[in-house]
Amino acid sequence: MVIDDLVEIAEKERASRKKYVIRCCMAAGCMSSDSKGVKEALDKAVKEAGLESEVEVRGVGCMKLCCQGPLVQMDSHGQGATVEISAEGHGPLYQKVTPEDAASLVGTLKGGKTKVQQGDPKDPFFTEQMSIVLANSGIVDPERIESYIAADGYQALHDVLREMTPKEVLDTMIKSGLRGRGGAGYPTGLKWATVAKTASQQKYVICNADEGDPGAFMDRSVLESDPHSVLEGMAIAAYAVGATQGFIYVRAEYPLAISRLQTAIKQAKQQGLLGSGIFESPFNFNIDLRIGAGAFVCGEETALMASVEGKRGAPRPRPPFPAESGLWGSPTLINNVETFANVAPIIRKGAEWFASIGTEKSKGTKVFALAGKITNTGLIEVPMGTTLRQIVEKMGGGAPDGGKIKAVQTGGPSGGCIPAEALDTPVDYDSLTKLGSIMGSGGMIVMDETTRMVDVARFFMEFCMDESCGKCIPCRAGTVQMHNLLTKILARKATARDLKKLEDLCEMVKNTSLCGLGQTAPNPVLSTLRFFRNEYAELLQEDVHGGPNSNGNGNGKKEALAPMI
Amino acid sequence: MIATLSNKKKNRLPGILEHASGDKRFKILEAHIKKHQFKQDALIEVLHKAQELFGYLEDDLLLFIAYRLKLPASRVYGVATFYHFFTLKPKGKHTCVVCMGTACYVKGADKVLAAVEEKTRIKAGETTPDGELSLLTARCIGACGIAPAVVYDGTVTPRQTPDLALEHVKGWTGRGN
Repeated sequence: MVIDDLVEIAEKERASRKKYVIRCCMAAGCMSSDSKGVKEALDKAVKEAGLESEVEVRGVGCMKLCCQGPLVQMDSHGQGATVEISAEGHGPLYQKVTPEDAASLVGTLKGGKTKVQQGDPKDPFFTEQMSIVLANSGIVDPERIESYIAADGYQALHDVLREMTPKEVLDTMIKSGLRGRGGAGYPTGLKWATVAKTASQQKYVICNADEGDPGAFMDRSVLESDPHSVLEGMAIAAYAVGATQGFIYVRAEYPLAISRLQTAIKQAKQQGLLGSGIFESPFNFNIDLRIGAGAFVCGEETALMASVEGKRGAPRPRPPFPAESGLWGSPTLINNVETFANVAPIIRKGAEWFASIGTEKSKGTKVFALAGKITNTGLIEVPMGTTLRQIVEKMGGGAPDGGKIKAVQTGGPSGGCIPAEALDTPVDYDSLTKLGSIMGSGGMIVMDETTRMVDVARFFMEFCMDESCGKCIPCRAGTVQMHNLLTKILARKATARDLKKLEDLCEMVKNTSLCGLGQTAPNPVLSTLRFFRNEYAELLQEDVHGGPNSNGNGNGKKEALAPMI
Repeated sequence: MIATLSNKKKNRLPGILEHASGDKRFKILEAHIKKHQFKQDALIEVLHKAQELFGYLEDDLLLFIAYRLKLPASRVYGVATFYHFFTLKPKGKHTCVVCMGTACYVKGADKVLAAVEEKTRIKAGETTPDGELSLLTARCIGACGIAPAVVYDGTVTPRQTPDLALEHVKGWTGRGN
């Protein structure tokens, strides 16, 4: 493969484009509402109308507005098209399409009418988005590499391999200001530079696709919609740090993402975009898939590496950091799916372009998965620094059925609940940390008045309790005790002393646990205590031992103070 | 090679190998192990394949894998029990997996689960006594946009309510109701 071959594939793909393209969402959300049946019906309807030479029915990735799926959108190119096209170049977006609607949808191409519900392209949900990571999502066919190449795919890899030194790539990444999208927000360029300067015969690149946070589905969507962008990002990273072998660690719960990745890797190898001597340079790089087996702790980098090595996913103390001693003791670069998906656009459009988006300390865009008690559930990508209010109320359309938003939960079990009063907070790494939450990987769960916050805290604690790997005692035993205390509070059997005990325990577990799971497990409790303390207080019982709330009449029951083991 | 198994297990080895010899699935599994070049770090991949072939991981199967990968049986057992995805007990003929991710939870997945639990008289993680239905929960299947989601026999189904779920598992409960 040389650049001419790449250009040829792209041109051939563009030339073969038909007058109309009907894009049908084939990501997991819509597939569960039978979008596969819709696509088959569309194919059949096109055939029956004799329009095969004019119309292409393309299965694409996520089209973002998951709650209205299955989604179908029409595009047209060239003269004399009968479909109305918006300024962005896209035609009408049809929602909740069923296989029975196929014939009438195809009929609109010949001036017919359809009763299928149409989305409003002027809705803030769409207009406020800014796509970098999701630029190809819903546009390219994730199962055909040609489709990605026609969208300038693998161009960045070529430029990097043929025209840039690893040092230049590192400088570009540092200058772009990209920070890790997995949650902690460590500067990506610095991480790459550390791996690059560690001397070793063998280095590895790992893509962390173990998206374990309940309520987060950004990485799944990227892998299902645009797997090649992740492969390209990994290859560029490997060149910059000097690695020759990559692994993608993906959850077993995402079968569709796994199969699309397998297809993508196979196609990239066939085209010579993975393997040895890529673009006739001396650079060799291979990617293997590793399938997780349902352990949340494996999202932690050291646990993830243990799992790649075929062991139990137990974390180990850092340092040494994976950048110095990682997989099988070799220097290893671990980045999140979304981080890798940002790499190729940065190389293509330049570090300055990327650094011009977002806030001073958080550059670029962030993908969020909006879910919970909100009108528009789905995927959004917005510049860093967009306020929560803009995301939740404007784009998300607020709580459904006239409900009132009470809190927004970010960061999954490691994050916290942000109250409605703080909705004007800009979303970036530092502002969210100040509120006791974290950016996390990007799950955003909206809660309304009917959600009880103590219940939510216990839900997350139960999660952490089950998912604790058991290696260190603060996490293993502490999460169980915190869960017991929360259960006791919910059963209205706890006193102010129990609440104090819970707070002390939170601090202890936070400060003494080995890995991120334990260190952040108390966050949901701490943040709900900070903003919704009255909900805890309402559930407390009076203390018979003369605690601060006691009136000394022995009202409290004895068993309320029994040890809660 | 046999030294990797303890003495007690060694006595079981001929039995296991004989057990394996008459079963085609062991041949497929062996081919898979070979594909991974008998590498010990492929243990999780091999366990995935074994569970796909056999439905669950019984003791003999784990010992067979330990023997083929030259790993201590304790390590194989340790890994198989560490990860939620692997099951050491047979599953029911049908499975009903209720997603208990945050988005599904705030939209009432707990009520869906409670309804199915009451109807089938089993708890999450159990199988009905007649082996018809396994009721499971998932951490998050990433289908948060269509919450609450339930996976019936591998098919993700959106926006479930207790009534819809009961309708779905009707006939799977083995009592015809």
